[in-house]
Amino acid sequence: MNDKTTSVNAVEVRNVYKNYNEVEALQDLSLDFPKGELTSLLGPSGCGKTTLLKIIAGLIPTTSGEVKINGKKVTGPGPDRAFVFQDFALLPWETVIKNVSFGLELRGVAKSEREAIAEKYIVDVGLAGFEHKFPHQLSGGMRQRVGLARALSVDAEVLLMDEPFSAVDEQTRRKFQEDLLNLVKNENKTFLFVTHSIEEAVYLSDQIALLLPRPSRVSEIIRPSGFRHKDVDSIRRDSEYLDIVDRIWDSLRTYVE
Amino acid sequence: MRYRALSLKFLSSILIFGAWEVAGRVPVSFAFPTFLESMSALWALTIEGTIFTAYAETLKPLVIGVLISAFFGIGLGLWVGLSQKFDWFVSPIFIVMQSAPLAALIPLLIMVYGIGLTSKVFVVCIMAMPVIVLNTSGAVRNTSASIIEMGQSFLGTRKDIILKIILPSASPIIFVGLRLGISAGFIGAILSELKITPTGIGDIISYSRSIADYPSMYAAIFSIILLAVLFLNLLERIEIMVFKGINKGLVAD
Repeated sequence: MNDKTTSVNAVEVRNVYKNYNEVEALQDLSLDFPKGELTSLLGPSGCGKTTLLKIIAGLIPTTSGEVKINGKKVTGPGPDRAFVFQDFALLPWETVIKNVSFGLELRGVAKSEREAIAEKYIVDVGLAGFEHKFPHQLSGGMRQRVGLARALSVDAEVLLMDEPFSAVDEQTRRKFQEDLLNLVKNENKTFLFVTHSIEEAVYLSDQIALLLPRPSRVSEIIRPSGFRHKDVDSIRRDSEYLDIVDRIWDSLRTYVE
Repeated sequence: MRYRALSLKFLSSILIFGAWEVAGRVPVSFAFPTFLESMSALWALTIEGTIFTAYAETLKPLVIGVLISAFFGIGLGLWVGLSQKFDWFVSPIFIVMQSAPLAALIPLLIMVYGIGLTSKVFVVCIMAMPVIVLNTSGAVRNTSASIIEMGQSFLGTRKDIILKIILPSASPIIFVGLRLGISAGFIGAILSELKITPTGIGDIISYSRSIADYPSMYAAIFSIILLAVLFLNLLERIEIMVFKGINKGLVAD
């Protein structure tokens, strides 16, 4: 293709097919994820969004097609990507600080250094004081914050988030969405966000990719522009926001009915 | 209450021993001594030193068998859990070992290994290993796929994932297997002494029975049960010490 030196896209997905035996999960899927932005993968349940995210993470191989991160082909997990899991995936026998520093531990970082880095992110996500608690002593929202801190602490360029807020209550979810908007503004990372909530996708994203049900491919790409600079509190009342939400629901409802 | 667990254990002991005493006085059978009669026989055995020489004998196959069962059992269990091929090859051996009646296997053992320490160690292992291997392999295979994936996504090597994720995750069930297996090992040690050649505690049991000294017989049985209980408590302490996060405050202790 063209030069790899200054790619505007952090992640490029090209003609990806994924079959599980006879079941075609992804069909000829191509998509770009611009650097420094938050792109949502939005679609009904079972439409392959998590499969695509795991392929990008290098956890699942493609049947054919390729994925490139900053121009380099994906062959497995890498230091340039970090994953936030829907079910938190914490180690129940370790404390918060050990969980957050787990990514650094696997990279061979020395104990005092990795705990210092972990401490910074623990404070950033609002869990100061809980360093020596165990996951079973935390609420769902707090556990997800541990997962987020862990992903942030390895300082990867691409953050992959698999329905990270779907397992927490509504109030916590709204707070997390606001926090994530601020995070996207302040961190120079690319965010890939899987969700099945239309409002969440429109609220958070610089770009929304609508995925169709199995076999999955991209049906539409939407770039909300008008309200991205607005204050986190005023977005939900913006008329463009509401229009886009309705438009997406109209597209998707045919697949649910 | 701070010492709630300890007081409950004390209370339940008193209840059991009280019931034993009553049953002995009824009497349930002429061959059934009271608790106090058994305890005085135990005291006599201790004073004479008979019980210590007996344990010196019994502990030989017991300790050797338990150590072999624990280390090889967990090692094999890990391998079986991690490798499909090894599982297919090895699991049936242990499933058969667990279900086959020991009384039928003992004559075979005697034929091959004689009537000495080797056969007795084998009996302990046959009793103890299957449940340790099967529990360990089951626990390894049941590790949450989600945290394994998490380990892979953060660049964990296969060795990292086994040591830092699979093993700690499997450890509660491995310890359950150890507790069950080692208890069975104790039974195996006594059985081997009753069925192969009389030595140690097994000898006290069969000899006392043959001369109708039932208090001594029950004293010997009581002592081995007590030893097993103490050992299992020790194992529990070790587990809590090694894996602090595991104790989620569910157990009474």
